Amino acid sequence: MKPNNVILQTVTQVAVFIIFTFSIYLFMNGHHNPGGGFIGGLSTAAAIVLLYLSFGIEKVRENIRIDYKKLAAVGVFIAVGTGLAGVIFGQPFLTQIFGHVQLPIFGDTELASALVFDTGVALAVIGTAVNIILSICEDR
Amino acid sequence: MIFQTILLIALGILMLSILANMYRVVKGPSGADRVQALDSIGINMIASIAAYSVLFHTHAFFDLILLIGILSFIGTIAFARFIERGVVIERKR
Repeated sequence: MKPNNVILQTVTQVAVFIIFTFSIYLFMNGHHNPGGGFIGGLSTAAAIVLLYLSFGIEKVRENIRIDYKKLAAVGVFIAVGTGLAGVIFGQPFLTQIFGHVQLPIFGDTELASALVFDTGVALAVIGTAVNIILSICEDR
Repeated sequence: MIFQTILLIALGILMLSILANMYRVVKGPSGADRVQALDSIGINMIASIAAYSVLFHTHAFFDLILLIGILSFIGTIAFARFIERGVVIERKR
């Protein structure tokens, strides 16, 4: 007997898009408002877990071809590389810099190097959280 | 002054609602009653956070409202799949 999942899958197709958008919003406004890299990564991991819940593990693995162990390693590498970038210019470790850049569409935008560090933190959190849940649900 | 009093009365009523849901969590006959009561507790927490935000004149908790909604939705779906099928994430069709 095949189970009937049509309502859950139809709701998931809409809800995952909204959760991804909300996680990007939480990730981008962590400088002046509540949010940041950690909670943005956890929201993205929650959206991926919702996909695994409704579509099963095989179909998502065919469509999202990401090795989560390598993703966590790349996140830690980006964070450490952001810290080492200050050492090259003679500053202490993990020195951050910010400046105003003229972007083509957005105009005068303040960019900080803490955004790259937060990207590394978010990738490490996504990789570890999804990897823990996938390791639990595979019984070997 | 009268507005703050009305907000405090609303918070007291929400607290009583959470207590009534806790009675259903403790003394539910089946598992589905407990899961629905926990989902209702999450919704009452959302309403309480909104009333607190109006009371403290801040907008720092608005992200928390949406986040509790998302987490309550995912948790309820996971519990429902566990009750119905015994397996939360399917390995193979």
